Amino acid sequence: MTLLEIHEPGETPLPHAGEGTLAVGIDLGTTNSVVAIAREGKPAALHDETGRALVPSVVAYPAAGGVRVGEEARLLMAKEPRNVVASVKRLMGRGAADLHAVAGVLPYEIEPGSGETDMVKLRIAGKPRSPVEISAEILKALRARAESALDKSVERAVITVPAYFDDAARTATRDAARVAGLEVLRLVNEPTAAALAYGLDKGSEGLYAVYDLGGGTFDFSLLRLEKGVFQVLATGGDTALGGDDFDRALAERMLAERKRDGIADQVDEGAVKAALALARQMKEQLSDREKTSGRLELAAVPSFHAITRAEFEAMIDALVKRTTEIARHVLADAGMAASEIHGVVLVGGSTRVPLVRRKVADMIGKPPLTDIDPDEVVALGAALQAEALTSGSDTLLLDVTPLSLGLETMGGLVEKVVPRNTPIPVQLAQEFTTYQDGQTAMAIHVVQGEREMVADCRSLARFELTGIPPMTAGAARIRVTFAVDADGLLTVSAQERTTGVAQRIEVKPSYGLSHDDMADMLYDSLEHAEEDMTQRLLTEARVEAQRSLLALDTALAKDGALLSAEERGAMDEARHRLETATAGEDRDEINAAAEALEALSKPFAERRMDRGIREALSGLSMNDLERRVGE
Amino acid sequence: MDHFARLGMPAALDLEPADLDKAYFSRQRQWHPDRFVAKPPEEKAKASVEAAALNDAYRTLKDPLSRAVYFASLKGVELPVDGKTIDDPELLMEAMEVREALHEADTVEAVDALAEKARRDMKAALSGLASLFLRDDKPALRKALLRLRYLDKFVEEARARRMNLERAKA
Repeated sequence: MTLLEIHEPGETPLPHAGEGTLAVGIDLGTTNSVVAIAREGKPAALHDETGRALVPSVVAYPAAGGVRVGEEARLLMAKEPRNVVASVKRLMGRGAADLHAVAGVLPYEIEPGSGETDMVKLRIAGKPRSPVEISAEILKALRARAESALDKSVERAVITVPAYFDDAARTATRDAARVAGLEVLRLVNEPTAAALAYGLDKGSEGLYAVYDLGGGTFDFSLLRLEKGVFQVLATGGDTALGGDDFDRALAERMLAERKRDGIADQVDEGAVKAALALARQMKEQLSDREKTSGRLELAAVPSFHAITRAEFEAMIDALVKRTTEIARHVLADAGMAASEIHGVVLVGGSTRVPLVRRKVADMIGKPPLTDIDPDEVVALGAALQAEALTSGSDTLLLDVTPLSLGLETMGGLVEKVVPRNTPIPVQLAQEFTTYQDGQTAMAIHVVQGEREMVADCRSLARFELTGIPPMTAGAARIRVTFAVDADGLLTVSAQERTTGVAQRIEVKPSYGLSHDDMADMLYDSLEHAEEDMTQRLLTEARVEAQRSLLALDTALAKDGALLSAEERGAMDEARHRLETATAGEDRDEINAAAEALEALSKPFAERRMDRGIREALSGLSMNDLERRVGE
Repeated sequence: MDHFARLGMPAALDLEPADLDKAYFSRQRQWHPDRFVAKPPEEKAKASVEAAALNDAYRTLKDPLSRAVYFASLKGVELPVDGKTIDDPELLMEAMEVREALHEADTVEAVDALAEKARRDMKAALSGLASLFLRDDKPALRKALLRLRYLDKFVEEARARRMNLERAKA
């Protein structure tokens, strides 16, 4: 029992006040998980009998039966590889299309047929299991650890998720907690939790940054702390960048050295794993030493490898630079300068690498905050938030949406409804209209991402608003409302305003894009902004052209008789020119052809209007006329 | 309730950012869903709606340009939806010329110079708005706001161009 470690001397070890309100904070990590509890503003990670706070996020279904989680499960990895699952977080909310991204990383058998429209399932120990139930096992183990450490029932938790977790992954995390018998008080973004851990202790004010470099992901967030209010200003990251890349670089170097020395290795999975394990050890040693060496033995052929910290740093320099580059974009997003940052909180084991600390210090011109263990800091912050939500607190956490949410419009363009970095909860609406005369239904396609074209964004949901009364194109007023709740979960509704026909959907995300793609989407957006703009202008010109062609055809069908054969010939020719231009890629040509057609059809439009008025007026008395005008 | 009223601020073109923050934070303290975790569902729902409205108000009023556009809309000046159409030939010419200059700028310094000029122009245009509101000159307001919106977009495009140039260099 480790109760003594988490209490100040003289404090009651088991507070009886607020019975049944105990809520923990959980950092459900890719590699490791941590559970923590806060009492009276003092958070502490809960340890096992041997004093370890980290629980490896590994689940085993041993042949002998039962379920093992953590260190015990990890030990089974070598003996029963087919019965053990690690890194399941990468699969939360993922579909079949994501699997190529993790193939080779996760050596699992996928349950055939799963992941088409639902979350992918793994075949572990001969049975299909979903990432939700596997994650639930980790949560159950954490819950059990908390209950035995606190000697109390634990039923509520704040669970942290990466800022980049999309709707599907957030929903899956909530579901896993439910399976584990935990009520989720709130899903909190990991960087936000880390800042909470620091901010509350120190009562800091001003602009703070959280630099989170884990094994496989990077996040950078900007927060403003003011009188107990945590305001997230902007957040960004890369889910395919982390300390594992450092290991890989070092392992590759060692394998290359062996080749240079004439060792003919069979570079299979086992060889790579051995090289990576050694690389990781050497990397960790280089955090405290100027140089180190290691012995790599593959197929009974040993080799010795020495490396200095300077050499190692040269190898990973570009990777670290990428993180500071991302940080600069997040700063630009928030309209802030690096010099305005009061302090940077470091999260994740990879921030122990001295080069990382130095680069971060260079960027903001002051040393980063390192006094809380970077592996525990997220769970500690989650615990503080759990306490704040149950016991009440003066602290307030104001979070933002990490990615823009929008709708598909004509021509495959995205109309953003909720821009990224919008504070949540939020409800924003936008009006759209029909494109064709008599259109009675409208497809609503909800997407997430920063790019201008739908094809480059993630599709979240599709539904149809039906029962729109037939009206002329552009007359219907369809109001689409996006509501994002405090957990970052989205609901979309649509309503035709002139008639009140309504439709509403809780967004059930379609599975099909990996987290890596999500991160790419964000950083792609700026890189592609120029070409996107060109594409957008071209598409808009095309949509506009098609709209006028459609209107012209309707008019010709109805009032074609108002034109002489000559006029009709000229009109058809101009019409043809515009049609041809629309098929091409030249926006100027489309616009020129559209203008020419417009000029040509102006007299026709005037004649139609005269005729319309004459028709409307004929046979009406003065009273009718007045009444009609007043309508 | 308009955004100013929701935050208890006087409806004005200029407001002190610190005052806005203070008003927003104190109301969010009252209405944020985190304050209603243990409350009955109807109270939760009400708080969520109120918190969302506060976020919308804050977001709109915080940025000087979006605040000016909103303030103008309260005065009856409507702009086309998100700058899709530029119907002012003068602005169209300006936009085309500057866009072309950006397209041709092939150093980070050249892009920075263009972005800096756009920022200066924005600042000048923003400070000129007050007198237009005072005179209630709606056509001039509309024109100025459209130009500001275009400049804002241009600064973002310059940022993208700058990033691509840096990438190409690295």
